[in-house]
Amino acid sequence: MAQGEIVAGCLAPHPPHLVYAENPEQNEPVAEGGWEQLRWGYERLRDSLKGIEYDAIVILSPHWQTYVGTHFLGLENFQSLSVDPIFPNLFRYHYDMNVDVELAQQIHDKADKAGLTVKMMTNPDFRVDYGTITTGHMFRPQWDKPLVVISSNRSSAYYSVEVMQEMMIELGKATREAILESGKKVVVLASNSLSHRHFTTESDIPEDMSKEHITSHAMHLWDMRIIDYMKSGQCQRIIDEMPEFTEQAIAETDGGAFTWLLSTLEVPNYPAILHGYGTIIGTGNAIVEWPVYKHKEA
Amino acid sequence: MTNGEIVESFVVPVHPHTVLAPEQNEGWGRLRKAYDDAAKIIQDSGADLLIIYSTTWPSIIGHQIISDPNPEWVMVDHDFHELGSIHYSFKIDVEFAEQWNAENKSRGLQSRCVNYHGFPIDVGSVVALTLLNPENKIPAIIVSSNVYADRSETTVLAKACRDLVKRTGRKAVAITAMSLSNRMFTEHIDPKDDRIHSLKDDEWNQKILEFLSEGRLEDVGQLSRTIQRQIRVQKVVNFKPMWWLSAMNDNRNNLTGNVLAYEGIHGAGCAVVNLNPTPSGFGDKEYDEDDVEIFAGERGVLDSNTQQESKIETDDGPALWEPTKAEGSVNTDAAPKPVGAYPHARRVGDLIYLSGVGPRQPGTNEIPGGPIHDNSGKPLNYDIKEQTHAVVNNIARILEEAGSSLDKVLDVTSFLVDMDRDFQGYNEVWAETLGKVGPTRTTLAIRALPTPIAVEMKVIASI
Ligand SMILES: [Fe+2]
Repeated sequence: MAQGEIVAGCLAPHPPHLVYAENPEQNEPVAEGGWEQLRWGYERLRDSLKGIEYDAIVILSPHWQTYVGTHFLGLENFQSLSVDPIFPNLFRYHYDMNVDVELAQQIHDKADKAGLTVKMMTNPDFRVDYGTITTGHMFRPQWDKPLVVISSNRSSAYYSVEVMQEMMIELGKATREAILESGKKVVVLASNSLSHRHFTTESDIPEDMSKEHITSHAMHLWDMRIIDYMKSGQCQRIIDEMPEFTEQAIAETDGGAFTWLLSTLEVPNYPAILHGYGTIIGTGNAIVEWPVYKHKEA
Repeated sequence: MTNGEIVESFVVPVHPHTVLAPEQNEGWGRLRKAYDDAAKIIQDSGADLLIIYSTTWPSIIGHQIISDPNPEWVMVDHDFHELGSIHYSFKIDVEFAEQWNAENKSRGLQSRCVNYHGFPIDVGSVVALTLLNPENKIPAIIVSSNVYADRSETTVLAKACRDLVKRTGRKAVAITAMSLSNRMFTEHIDPKDDRIHSLKDDEWNQKILEFLSEGRLEDVGQLSRTIQRQIRVQKVVNFKPMWWLSAMNDNRNNLTGNVLAYEGIHGAGCAVVNLNPTPSGFGDKEYDEDDVEIFAGERGVLDSNTQQESKIETDDGPALWEPTKAEGSVNTDAAPKPVGAYPHARRVGDLIYLSGVGPRQPGTNEIPGGPIHDNSGKPLNYDIKEQTHAVVNNIARILEEAGSSLDKVLDVTSFLVDMDRDFQGYNEVWAETLGKVGPTRTTLAIRALPTPIAVEMKVIASI
């Protein structure tokens, strides 16, 4: 069997507001479509990967929050209705997704061997989190590739960002090894925003673009700094500064997805492609691709 | 009509083990037994409303209140999915939910009703309602916990609810679905080995429970920030449920407390505690911070556009004054600011005289039912019933501040700007509210009032 490979890695945030704009018939009648910058960013990402062949998508979403280790969806198919508990007015989505259980189990086993606490999730009534659904939809609305869905262990809350990073770097390595051994071509997605301080009020039309901006200039500076590192291939610096970034920008990187992503990509030292950046109710969101296919693995 | 009350309060744990696996661990079994006992206490209390403040339903834009009359789905825990699924079908008091939502808004809070098919009711609320209200006999209310809210926001949320309970004559049970110490084991454990995560957590939990068993709820509220720092994993900002529960109970320290069970669930400190309003003799303690009635913001990052807009509308009306403070004056932030140099009320002996009360809302100055004309004087369509309701609510707040209440009103003089159009609607609301109390009444038609309102009342009450 040929060796598997990670063909691309992406930072692919999950503001439900993006889907809202694309599925008005499911949602509030007032939808006027906002946040085009980010929706176009996702379009560019999809275009960029158009000619790239792959078998599966691996997602880590900060909204499947687990305190007892890292969990993996472990059944072939999940379908249900996902309603965002925080913005139910914006996001209600009927999903039907297939899981690559074999690959999930392989990553699970590798992580287990590496000493991480892991568990397969095999309850058929389980509702997949809205972060996974939103990222899944924005990345590939056809839903025609099986997914591996990994939970977000809350170790940064329990211990510190440093401990979280140690665990996520291990999980990233285990993910990578399992993918290489599987013989499959895979895209890995970290579903998180950068700076993550929300507004606490909402305008009458939620997507009123005259009201949208980053919550504070300090958050903007942090986001630009991290984006600069990504664009210039300095991902080790992102790992190094992750504790400060996560704390000061209240970044959604606390969920571990970003560190895990960088680890699966062996902390890239080549430039990433920035497909879009924009704020959503004050939080900073970047859509970024690491085109591994252009930097063929040894 | 003003005799509503919180008849019981409870602290209950959130994890699904008490529903799905009480037999797997003796402690989980004892928590389940305590839950069942709590259900009996609720049934015996004659309660007609259960109000749950759930720490496992976070919100970002203010607070959210479930208003689906019959939320139904299957709940699976994110961590403990192997224990199984909980099918739920609850009965929600939609009218109360909508009234609370409106009351929140009138007190400066962001608030939203949530009525969407398939909305995922959080694990804490599902567990609590499943066990406390097994046959769905009592309608329920579920409210979220805002991740950014601090004490005053949480307190105002509770006061809006508590005053509505009083005004609508409900017998309500206030419930917080929460853990004490919330650190869980981060590895899988054999159910038989479950216990409180650490000695430190256990000692703090014991202290909290000692206070609660003495009915010292407000003391626990005042220690909330310390407790958060000592034994809480930073999943959310601050240990808020005790602020909510204490304000629901008038920030009292002399309730009658009873710890029905205290055990660990996967390491977290879980207790079923009953707090009954009967005074236990430990004595009240004064509230230690600004006793806020209206939320004016406690954070510097608010997008203030909406607030500015509502101010602009009122900028064209008469200037607002700080109420005057001569001897016996009673003033409150819970009533709209005066439009001249006078107090909200003045007390002489056992009587209290109120200045004319209109429908304007404290804080926002909005007029429920709408203003009677716009800034240029062009007449607008308005709802006299809503305006009259708002007047009665404002009167109730001022009287409560003065230590009196709506049922002690003796004499009312009402002023209407359009007797022909409005008398009937005004009279209907009167019959449902003050008419039941029975004060003497005089109703006059007048040409205008200083703000664009249609009704004002002048009240004398006893203390
Ligand atoms: Fe998120």
